Amino acid sequence: MVPATSPPPAATAPGARAARRSNRRRATALVLSCALLLLAVLASLAVGSRAVPPGTVLDALRGIGDSQDALVVRELRVPRTLLGVLAGAALGLAGALMQALTRNPLADPGLLGVTSGAAAAMVTAVGVLGVTSRLTLVWASMLGAAVVSVVVYVLGSAGRGGATPVRLALAGTAVSAALTAYTTAQVLLDQQTFDRFRFWQVGSLAGRGLEASWQVLPFIAVGVALGLSQSSSLNALALGVDSGRALGARVGRTRVVTALAVTLLCGAATAAAGPIWFIGLAVPHAVRALTGPDQRWVLSLSLVLAPALLLLGDVIGRVVVRPGELEVGIVTALLGAPVLIALVRRRRLAQL
Amino acid sequence: MSAPAGAPPLPAPPAPVATRARRGRTLRAGALSARVEGRSLAVCAALVVVAAAVSAVSLTTGDYPIGVPDVLRTLAGRGEGADEFIVLGLRLPRLVTGLLVGVALGVAGAVFQLVTRNPLGSPDVIGFTHGAVTGALVVMLLLGGSGAAVSGGAVAGGFASAVLVYLLSRSGGLQGYRLILVGIGLTAALQAVNNYLLTRAEVEQAQAAQVWITGSLNGRTWEQAVPLGVGLALLLPVLLGLSRPLGMLDLGDDAARALGVRVDAVHLVVLALAVTITALAATAAGPVSFVALAAPQVARRLTGTVGPGLVAAGLTGALLVVLSDFAAQRVFAPTQLPVGVVTGAVGGLYLALLLLGQWRRGRG
Repeated sequence: MVPATSPPPAATAPGARAARRSNRRRATALVLSCALLLLAVLASLAVGSRAVPPGTVLDALRGIGDSQDALVVRELRVPRTLLGVLAGAALGLAGALMQALTRNPLADPGLLGVTSGAAAAMVTAVGVLGVTSRLTLVWASMLGAAVVSVVVYVLGSAGRGGATPVRLALAGTAVSAALTAYTTAQVLLDQQTFDRFRFWQVGSLAGRGLEASWQVLPFIAVGVALGLSQSSSLNALALGVDSGRALGARVGRTRVVTALAVTLLCGAATAAAGPIWFIGLAVPHAVRALTGPDQRWVLSLSLVLAPALLLLGDVIGRVVVRPGELEVGIVTALLGAPVLIALVRRRRLAQL
Repeated sequence: MSAPAGAPPLPAPPAPVATRARRGRTLRAGALSARVEGRSLAVCAALVVVAAAVSAVSLTTGDYPIGVPDVLRTLAGRGEGADEFIVLGLRLPRLVTGLLVGVALGVAGAVFQLVTRNPLGSPDVIGFTHGAVTGALVVMLLLGGSGAAVSGGAVAGGFASAVLVYLLSRSGGLQGYRLILVGIGLTAALQAVNNYLLTRAEVEQAQAAQVWITGSLNGRTWEQAVPLGVGLALLLPVLLGLSRPLGMLDLGDDAARALGVRVDAVHLVVLALAVTITALAATAAGPVSFVALAAPQVARRLTGTVGPGLVAAGLTGALLVVLSDFAAQRVFAPTQLPVGVVTGAVGGLYLALLLLGQWRRGRG
């Protein structure tokens, strides 16, 4: 998995020059990703079943104009775009953190069953406990995500050999299967819950309102801060637990903080937008191919590139089946599954 | 089963299984012969007895309890009006469908696991089930079909996804994790499609579809039971006739080839049969999840044999399905849950335990 761009280990003069060159390359990648994100945001504001010219979009954002177009932008597209940025950033960073923490190229919140845990907890909160407040639902989702990630990790690392990528994916599948059955039972008991659930479970950014974004913003902000703070420790851990410890990384603390960040990010994103697969899997892979294995770059670039991709997926979903829409969760699954299959078909499933 | 002289001392492998398999005896009747083994026979007999007991309980209990003598009298054709309707019209077809679905899934699962040499190589994990669901949903929700058309859609979808998984993972061989991970990837994509289709329908329609895709025996009549029974009566003998080469496949493809088995041909034939049987079961009850995965594993542990054990797997499957259906009807009464909810929950947990056991022993 070491891409060709990673700096050679020698620290002599040519090595230093190469390192400078690759740093320039990474900086360019970061700038380009930011530009892409900006472009995606604009596209998400302008494109849809009702195309709005960019000039009108900018006017509407500054509060000018009360045409139908300006209303569509302000009332529908701004909340949707904001949610896309938040959920995308959360999922991308969570995926990168999971892959770094478990040193597992197949780590993805969906694949490892974390989103099914969030779903099961939320359905329990609605169906059994009668919760209606959305904030409580966010907490429930977080709790479910946390419990399931621990269970899957413990299950996957049982016995000799530890938590290999394949084992974690299988453990995630097993736990998801049981939880999905439970969730199905709950939603089939009550038609109203089922009706809400079937729209939530596709994973969508539409119609959630600005409020949904504000509710999860604090969780995501804390998660991002915690996650980014661990980048150097995760770099040290990438060499293995013992080497990491020798390099001064506090292994236990790093793991706990990273896991906490993943839980906050996944739980919040899932509560707000529903289960969205594969963004967390595919983006860090693409980023590593650009920047090399340095976690500081992988994490920050994932943070920027994932929302750009999620928004573009959302825009694609609005365009392909006009006048209808394809939810973003479906677009990402349909585009992401081939990525997973391609990863699996590589001769060796690289260990991180 | 003593280790060959000079072999390095390995951490004791689970040997007793293979020794026990030798205790069988061969029955011959003209050109036909079959190896029968005491413990397998006893286990199969016990499975039949328990399944019969569960059947008796589910025929006699319910909202309208009917005593065993009355049920027997009704089965003999001398029942009273209400009894006759409830037993012959409602409970018996449901029970028979459940038993047949269980047999079908158990046997098909055993074949899949034999060919892939992996307990995870079951139709649930490698994408077949979700493909069948997608096919059925397309017919139900987009084309507005019902009955036989839904079944046709399920069969087509299941076949298509099985072929796709096979082609995508072929270069890695049927054995090993590539097949399973490719299946997981395809499952994710199919699930997205299924979820999408569910959001595009009216809520009642979507709920009915959700029940169907979970796998349910609610309201099954002879219309479902009879075609499945006929199909099994035709296909199972063919599979059982192949149990000798299948048993050799269990030794590994190379060993089987050396023993004169045409491995690729056998693979193709038994896989086609197993996929057909799975599809038949799906048309009768929807894709009841995880029976195909769990039944052969449970059966193997009960009989303690190597080899295909198709009969034991089928009987275990039947018992699993009728037990799960009994629970699904009673746990949340008066609401009747689809049987697939119970098999999915139990099966998921069982899969987790199975993996745990494998990894503890340092395999996989």
